[in-house]
Amino acid sequence: MTEGRNPQSPQQRERATTIFEKGAPGRRAFRAPDLDVPAVDGLIPAASRRAASPRLPEASEPEIVRHYVNLSKRNFDLDSGFYPLGSCTMKHNPRLHERVAALPGHARLHPLQDPRRAQGALELMFELQGALAEVAGLPHVSLQPSAGSHGELAGLLLTRAYHADRGEQRTKVLTPDSAHGTNPATVTMAGYEVVKVALDAAGGVDLDDLRAKTDENVACLMLTNPSTLGIFDPNIEQMASIVHETGATLYYDGANLNAIMGYSRPGDMGFDIVHFNLHKTFTQPHGGGGPGAGPIAVSDRIEPFLPRPQVVRRAPSNGGPPVYDLDEDRGGRESKSIGKLRGFQGNYGVFVRTYAYIRSLGAEGLKDVSEVAVLNANYVLARLREKVGDQLPLAFGERCMHEFVLSGAPMKKQLGIRTLDLAKRLLDHGVHPPTVYFPLVVEEALLVEPTETETRETLDQFVDAVAAIVAEAAQDPEIARNAPYTTPVRRLDEAGAAKRPRVRQAL
Amino acid sequence: MAEAGYPDELLYHAEHDWARVDDGVATFGITWFAQDALGEVVFFDPPEVGSSVTAGEFYAEVESVKAVSDVIAPLSGEIVEVNTALADTPEAINDDPYGDGWMVKVKLSDPDETTALLDRDTYVAGL
Repeated sequence: MTEGRNPQSPQQRERATTIFEKGAPGRRAFRAPDLDVPAVDGLIPAASRRAASPRLPEASEPEIVRHYVNLSKRNFDLDSGFYPLGSCTMKHNPRLHERVAALPGHARLHPLQDPRRAQGALELMFELQGALAEVAGLPHVSLQPSAGSHGELAGLLLTRAYHADRGEQRTKVLTPDSAHGTNPATVTMAGYEVVKVALDAAGGVDLDDLRAKTDENVACLMLTNPSTLGIFDPNIEQMASIVHETGATLYYDGANLNAIMGYSRPGDMGFDIVHFNLHKTFTQPHGGGGPGAGPIAVSDRIEPFLPRPQVVRRAPSNGGPPVYDLDEDRGGRESKSIGKLRGFQGNYGVFVRTYAYIRSLGAEGLKDVSEVAVLNANYVLARLREKVGDQLPLAFGERCMHEFVLSGAPMKKQLGIRTLDLAKRLLDHGVHPPTVYFPLVVEEALLVEPTETETRETLDQFVDAVAAIVAEAAQDPEIARNAPYTTPVRRLDEAGAAKRPRVRQAL
Repeated sequence: MAEAGYPDELLYHAEHDWARVDDGVATFGITWFAQDALGEVVFFDPPEVGSSVTAGEFYAEVESVKAVSDVIAPLSGEIVEVNTALADTPEAINDDPYGDGWMVKVKLSDPDETTALLDRDTYVAGL
């Protein structure tokens, strides 16, 4: 394929502009009515006032609408095509949830509303805590953390508080190479030292290495199960007992919860703290930066340290209907709370969507979700192995859970194209590429997570696209090396973007 | 990017690092294979001059468009010089891994450690 045979599309010809480059001085979308009350001077001290107006964009309403609509068309999103981004669970977001979240009682509720006048919202949050506790197999839930990484930080702060309460200052946190990528960063941010645990030949945690590295200075083991390799570690109970014997806590990264709902529960595996990625497993639109939610569920021994306030239900002594409230002091019992993790209670709209999802599907439905997520992943894996198994072999094992990791190393050697080239070429097939070059333990890794909401036809199209790219590269590797051709921007200068970012717009 | 190659006169560590030893002082860098696996390097985080390094342990970080990776010391000693030019031109690690892409110079504490390193052919056979 050459440029001559593929003339540039209008989007490729026109450089994407910022709203600051649009409009003209004095142009407005909306004019506020004249002030009809006396102006007050001097409320803001002179030193804090601007000498000149900020250089904000001045544009008409149609200009603004077209600007953002056209920008959105330059994007690839889940509503336009298949998005098998491993470890991100890019499942369809049911439109019913948007309708429910937009109800004025939810959407227009002020976070400072008196709890007595927000009973419905508090009831929803209380019921959600209960549902999440059931999925996790752990009795206590805090909805406060706002993302998976925030849940991880909460988990390590809880771990620190738990050990400190026992008069211990532990310094290390264990995490295997197959852990979710944020785990080591969280450990460092929480002030602990990261100690990596090796993997065994099957891609599970090496028990001997775990035993050797577990001592009285280990505060916690952070684990993702199934791991980022898409493998459920069958030794989890042994691992839990090795870690618990020294008094350390077990943290479960819920990034891959979509694989196990209703089949196994982190609490039953021996974990003390679990975070949920409501935006992944429980259908919050994500991928554009949020908002997400990363609630945590914890065991009895961690509960006294949970962030406050907690959403609670109280039964009035006169036998009236239950009252929901924000509990600041653990119902008068001794609280050793790590404090608040954010303003207010979290991203409430996410809670509404999650609650709608759980209530729509019920317990059996959630089980079906995980079953089909695992089935779809194994279907794609089996078909890819049939078609391109020599060039893109499975990195570990024979089957997978909800996602799997292929190695592009043979493809690179045989055909001279890298996993990155394959990923870029997939864009020309209308597919968002899978996660690439992660996990780091697999050379030229391609991490594929199809999710349960895709049809068999879509899965087949993906397999066919990968096979077509491999076949094409055998004829002419230059095609993939120069891809993509059809996207608004072609191959990006990623090194330049990292080394010389231009991210400021002077006002 | 440089052509694939592994100079004969260097000593190699299996973690894809090389050392050039000259009168008790060794220059360290990463091999062609390592820079190829990393992809385009965008940042090099050097150690401090005067700090000590231990053979087999990491002494610096290198960040590519894919990931941040530890760089392993092939030999032990004290850092006497770091390649400050890499702050502005980290791509030298890709373009010239055995020349301008050198990372640190180390005054060796135990010159006998060189016997544990690999010659070119042994290293290449393990790739």
